Amino acid sequence: MDQRVARRPGLTEQSVAFGSSPKVTIRPVERVPPPETATGAAGAASAAAAPALTVDARGVSLTFQTNDGEVEALANVDLQISDGDFVSLIGPSGCGKTTLLRIIADLERPTAGTILINGITSEQARLQRHYGYIFQAPALYPWRTIERNVALPLEIMGFDANERRKRVERYLKLVNLSGFERKFPWQLSGGMQQRASIARALSFDPALLLMDEPFGALDEIVRDHLNEQLLRLWDQTGKTVVFVTHSIPEAVFLSTKIVVMSPRPGRIIDVIACDFPRDRTLEIRETPEFIKIAQRVRSGLRSGHSYDE
Amino acid sequence: MTSSTLVLPRAAWRPAWITERAPVLVIVAILIVIWYLAAILMNAALVRDAFERNDTKYTVSELIAGTLDAERPVVPAPHQVAVNFFDTVFDYPPDSPRSLVYHAWVTLSATFVGFAIGAGFGILLAVAIVHVRTMQKSLLPWVICSQMVPILAIAPIVIVVLGAIGIRGLLPKSIISAYLCFFPVTIGMVKGLTSPDPIQLDMMRTWSANKLQVFWKLRWPSSIPFLFASLKVAVTISLVGAIVGELPTGAQAGIGARLLTGSYYGQTVQIWAALFAAAIIATVLIAMIDAVGRWTARRMGAAA
Repeated sequence: MDQRVARRPGLTEQSVAFGSSPKVTIRPVERVPPPETATGAAGAASAAAAPALTVDARGVSLTFQTNDGEVEALANVDLQISDGDFVSLIGPSGCGKTTLLRIIADLERPTAGTILINGITSEQARLQRHYGYIFQAPALYPWRTIERNVALPLEIMGFDANERRKRVERYLKLVNLSGFERKFPWQLSGGMQQRASIARALSFDPALLLMDEPFGALDEIVRDHLNEQLLRLWDQTGKTVVFVTHSIPEAVFLSTKIVVMSPRPGRIIDVIACDFPRDRTLEIRETPEFIKIAQRVRSGLRSGHSYDE
Repeated sequence: MTSSTLVLPRAAWRPAWITERAPVLVIVAILIVIWYLAAILMNAALVRDAFERNDTKYTVSELIAGTLDAERPVVPAPHQVAVNFFDTVFDYPPDSPRSLVYHAWVTLSATFVGFAIGAGFGILLAVAIVHVRTMQKSLLPWVICSQMVPILAIAPIVIVVLGAIGIRGLLPKSIISAYLCFFPVTIGMVKGLTSPDPIQLDMMRTWSANKLQVFWKLRWPSSIPFLFASLKVAVTISLVGAIVGELPTGAQAGIGARLLTGSYYGQTVQIWAALFAAAIIATVLIAMIDAVGRWTARRMGAAA
């Protein structure tokens, strides 16, 4: 908690520094990538002091003991994710991308290396509820209505009924589910359920979102739509997102940074910066820059596979 | 049902309750016919002996009539059982020892108490087994062992031991009933409490929920369908337990006592009437639990 409180003033300074930008008027919280080009005195000072690292993994390895011997799920992974980044982990199945996300979330413990979340251990970060985790399946509780599903983490964290009601209303509106409060999950489509699960993860306002192939089970039209919504949400709230996917267009479209991973053992083989504007639209997928980055991701994935053949 | 009326317009003139109940009624009719045949065949020797003892001539129809009207038949005819049932249910005030309602109530009250104790104990045991790993290793084998001992061997021991310390009447019977009925509840609830998805448990972990919250907000609601399924089994078993508990004591009242006195005095009709009373009680009990289960399921968002 201390960490997050400490970072908040820095944020206001940044948004003041960029106050001239017309974007600010429509965005409640403006967070920008570390502003090397920023000329505002306050902004430059806070950026120069230490670019806030949300995730700092150094030499992380994880070896599972199975009946057929040891399986090296992750080998010597280094990964730094800055505050406000949108980072995609991409790779074929078995490359350890979900494992890495679970290590960040303290759902798995690495067998070697260190991992810090906002400067504290992953366990402390989990106990202090620094992140919201969105799973592959919506996994809404079938006996709870949509509003009570979204309120569930708030109940667990001890928010009072009034605050719960306000937040449920706000976040259901944010994911376009107003009017579905009293429905049960089975009465909603898969895409709507996944949106409800996103509202649930957002409800307690974590600064870090961990998303494990959240749209993997959805058709492409719904997926495109949700990608745009997610991007707008990230842009508006200034959250840091770590996003696991195996879709190249999805990764390139969403990310500020793409981490390409490869299996046996799971490792990072390329990290690609992706500098499209934060308010990008689906049209950028037709641009040569987009295609170039997509090609680099693809060739990275291919080289990771080469020794298999 | 609706689809068949759509496909077959000829059936449309039949009232819905007939099309819905017809299969059941047909089965009941077949069973009654079989029952009558069995009564005739099983009692024939008895009736023939009686005729021959008196040296009376008899026709086949007289023989058949005799088999369906014997005073102490091997297999009583359905109408004999029905008459006895209705006589003992409606002709006596419900507090008379000759009233079947009186006996049914004695057994039913023991069943209720036994079911409550057994279900409560079964749930607590399941919670302990799910949460404490050593319990799973140390308790579960004993739980299973407990059901391997024949209840007819244990029932007299329980009655005698409790009687010696001054506990008589309802409670010993209830304890035998609880002894039988906790088992399905424990097994069902262990399954139910461990039924949440790994994802749902992980999710609770990401919110750093404590054990109590995981229990009340996830494990308990997930186990409710399992709870009602096992309660339905448990309630019939607890009725059987209460009846068995009445046998070794020579109890004066209860369905078990009716069965016992019936067999002492060769009152087969009375035995059969008591059996029907037990079956009807069991059906009503299951229907009640089913109704509560459905109501709960609807409250918990099940598709109606």
